[in-house]
Amino acid sequence: MTETIPQGTGAIEALSLVPKAEAVQSMKDFKSDQEVRWCPGCGDYAILAAVQGFMPELGLAKENICFVSGIGCSSRFPYYMNTYGMHSIHGRAPAIATGLATSRRDLSVWVVTGDGDALSIGGNHLIHALRRNVNLKILLFNNRIYGLTKGQYSPTSEVGKITKSTPMGSLDAPFNPVSLALGAEASFVARTVDSDRKHLTEVLRQAAAHPGTALVEIYQNCNIFNDGAFEALKDKQQAQEAVIRLEHGQPIRFGTDLAKGVVRNAATGDLEVVAVTPENEARILVHDAHSASPTTAFALSRLADPDTLHQTPIGVFRSVDRPVYDGLMSEQLETAVVQQGKGDLAALLRGNDTWTVVG
Amino acid sequence: MTSQVSSPAEQADSAEPHGDSPPAGGEETTARPAAAKEVRRLDRVIIRFAGDSGDGMQLTGDRFTSETASFGNDLSTLPNFPAEIRAPAGTLPGVSSFQLHFADHDILTPGDAPDVLVAMNPAALKANLADVPRGGEIIVNTDEFAKRAMAKVGYAASPLEDGSLDAYRVHAVPLTTLTIEALKDHGLSRKEAERSKNMFALGLLSWMYHRPTESTEAFLRKKFAKKPHIAEANVAAFRAGWNFGETTEDFAVSYEVAPATAAFPPGTYRNISGNLALSYGLVAASRQADLPLYLGSYPITPASDILHELSRHKNFGVRTFQAEDEIAGIGAALGAAFGGALAVTTTSGPGVALKSETIGLAVSLELPLLIVDIQRGGPSTGLPTKTEQADLLQAMYGRNGEAPVPIVAPKTPADCFDAALDAARIALTYRTPVFLLSDGYLANGSEPWRIPEVDELPDLRVQFATGPNHTLADGTEVFWPYKRDEQTLARPWAVPGTPGLEHRIGGIEKQDGTGNISYDPANHDFMVRTRQAKIDGIDVPRLDVDDPDGAARTLVLGWGSTYGPITAAVRRVRAGGGRIAQAHLRHLNPFPADLGDVLQRYDTVVVPEMNLGQLATLLRAKYLVDIRSHTQVSGMPFKAEQLADVFKEAIHD
Repeated sequence: MTETIPQGTGAIEALSLVPKAEAVQSMKDFKSDQEVRWCPGCGDYAILAAVQGFMPELGLAKENICFVSGIGCSSRFPYYMNTYGMHSIHGRAPAIATGLATSRRDLSVWVVTGDGDALSIGGNHLIHALRRNVNLKILLFNNRIYGLTKGQYSPTSEVGKITKSTPMGSLDAPFNPVSLALGAEASFVARTVDSDRKHLTEVLRQAAAHPGTALVEIYQNCNIFNDGAFEALKDKQQAQEAVIRLEHGQPIRFGTDLAKGVVRNAATGDLEVVAVTPENEARILVHDAHSASPTTAFALSRLADPDTLHQTPIGVFRSVDRPVYDGLMSEQLETAVVQQGKGDLAALLRGNDTWTVVG
Repeated sequence: MTSQVSSPAEQADSAEPHGDSPPAGGEETTARPAAAKEVRRLDRVIIRFAGDSGDGMQLTGDRFTSETASFGNDLSTLPNFPAEIRAPAGTLPGVSSFQLHFADHDILTPGDAPDVLVAMNPAALKANLADVPRGGEIIVNTDEFAKRAMAKVGYAASPLEDGSLDAYRVHAVPLTTLTIEALKDHGLSRKEAERSKNMFALGLLSWMYHRPTESTEAFLRKKFAKKPHIAEANVAAFRAGWNFGETTEDFAVSYEVAPATAAFPPGTYRNISGNLALSYGLVAASRQADLPLYLGSYPITPASDILHELSRHKNFGVRTFQAEDEIAGIGAALGAAFGGALAVTTTSGPGVALKSETIGLAVSLELPLLIVDIQRGGPSTGLPTKTEQADLLQAMYGRNGEAPVPIVAPKTPADCFDAALDAARIALTYRTPVFLLSDGYLANGSEPWRIPEVDELPDLRVQFATGPNHTLADGTEVFWPYKRDEQTLARPWAVPGTPGLEHRIGGIEKQDGTGNISYDPANHDFMVRTRQAKIDGIDVPRLDVDDPDGAARTLVLGWGSTYGPITAAVRRVRAGGGRIAQAHLRHLNPFPADLGDVLQRYDTVVVPEMNLGQLATLLRAKYLVDIRSHTQVSGMPFKAEQLADVFKEAIHD
């Protein structure tokens, strides 16, 4: 990770309309008085701690921060943040947050959702929030299972998943949330892992600084119903070979001694993994998160094997500037006042064709 | 020559049968110089324009309405069109019509039967003829009566020649040919010129009824500002239609309907449709509440016009968000409500079904939210462009759990303005979602509206929470999001951005006061009852019962858009000596506190509804009274004459 942002100064352009904290904040300021009720050992605890630990960095007045969630284990998140929050209904958080963010540009609005909430019942709202580029930060906790309903397969579960609802194995091909988001015109897409606090925090930092919708997929372990789902990415030994760390401006290399690299196949244009040699070293792809075209980011998102998770890129896939919906909406309101003058209710009600009855 | 005249003794939507009987009065012939044509005075007229979906009948009707409004008649309109944008040309399902009733006195409905039918093609004639009383006047566009066009709608022989129209006064006018002839110097193709035939017809009718024409000419020039040659062609066709009436011998008589001066209290008036009045009501409510208006909506007939209208008023600070679906529409509105906006979602029945879960969330969050349901025929897609009142029980009960929502229903197009303000008052005062139940008939129908003075409008300002509202045992000052106002039972509205009031709300049951998650049985029981008590305790006015001599034994009780036809029918019954009381419900939830007493006072209570008896069901369940339910689900409003028969029967039983 090469990009950092100034800490605690509130100097982030994307958050310039949000009032700043008057005093220095600590993680404690963001902890609510509610007892956290996730299962012991749940990956959600690590994410909560990371978010609470990161928030003071933004230096925002915490009354101007709002967390909106849907339904599912992850969606209990707002209750534990000492900010404004709404635990809404299944799948609808992006829609509700859109209403809040577009009507209140002085707020920093975060959506917390899960793979079932965001990609199954709420799939429609997710893709439309992304294409509109509303100023929302969406944290998608992906545990590849339905936890709160006790263990059915989710839209990100691998094919053949044996669960209570699929005793003979699930038949559905899974979504790749990063691919989906890129296809939905997202201007910021990243992936991180619950247990890698440092990486998670850095991704949050970049997401917060992004003007527009940021989608952060967080691989999150459900130790009750899908334990070890991301072990390939967490086990030190395996991770060396499985994880591809994306850093803007850096060659995409991974594996023991960075022996592997990603190159573009000249014939197909697709990406492939090769053993790095002095001959091909110059051909190793340099990651460009700011590329106007999402094509390479999409190709990167396809490198991972959905079953084994080998060759899973993490980090920021894409981060590009695009007009932000709520800003455009406000501009139209201002333009309307310039063009038509400030609304005059009496004139509006009167209209053009009137007649008068004299008593 | 009597069919257009009603007895002055029976003001309103005349009970007199149309036909051959001479008028009791109201018609006067004005002597004019020899060369001038005869002018007769009428007290009211019902005109129906009918043609193909693509013939511009709605526009024609709108223009005639505008002319009539600016002339000062009372009026009421009924647009009636298919759901298809361009249904197959020349077919019966493709017929679009616009009925307008105007008078020199106060009227309540668009009229039961047209005195004059303008039929632009055989399909329009066939589809509408049955509604025209014998002796009625029919203007047909003969150019469209080719063999094939007639065969398409099942005319084996031409109705213009086979004597089947002998009972009517038929004006056979080659409207298309005359229009093309009138525009021959305008450099238009035949097809382009033909399209102005509706303006020729409008010109002819404007002459027949002495309508002012300036506004229509100005309208055409504005509408086609970017195509001046089309604007001029339409103006020319319009004038040619007027001149045709004045010169041709076929139209020997024209009619005057004097302004309805006595019907209107002093004031400045305009014509307004229900959806427009509702939109203005929302803008006004926003101003009166000093809160920005936020509309989250998804296009659906017949509600889309509100989205269109509000999106034009961004200079009032109005934000309109066209969402990806109905659920997101209300979701965004609810999010904006959380942020402190006056939030609205607009839809029709199928959309309400999709929004139900979010309405339940709004009930649980106790945030102000307006849900505007422009009801249409159902179930499912049903009849998108036709009217019905069949969403009452959906609004009342269509959610999981005990989720009471107040319901407000406007009674006339102009009343949509006041109803919107009233719905906003309830939502803001009690921090609750509120249903505003309009319907397709109110939405598209129009009538004169006395424009209110802005300083007459109610004050809807609210107080956001600004600081702690509770002291703990240890003396700590805290903010409890579910600590209620003792009077209204409303909870505080603490909007993000208010320091020290950070709190979390959600759809899970909350502990009374703190708002923290609670699964405690006694707390849930208490919260369910408290939410119900809050809605039951909403301040709604007593029922206004119209019972002139207090001697009626029969009460007719209506709600929503049936007000016009019910009132017109009640007038007929009373004019015939019948004794009947009338009351109309604006508030369907909660009911006025005295409703039960009112119902007990009468031997018979008739409830006419455009559904299968939904209000009747509610009344029977709540008050254990017998209700005489009269229902109609044709997609069309009640006719006053038919209702009058129902009421007479109820009185005599």
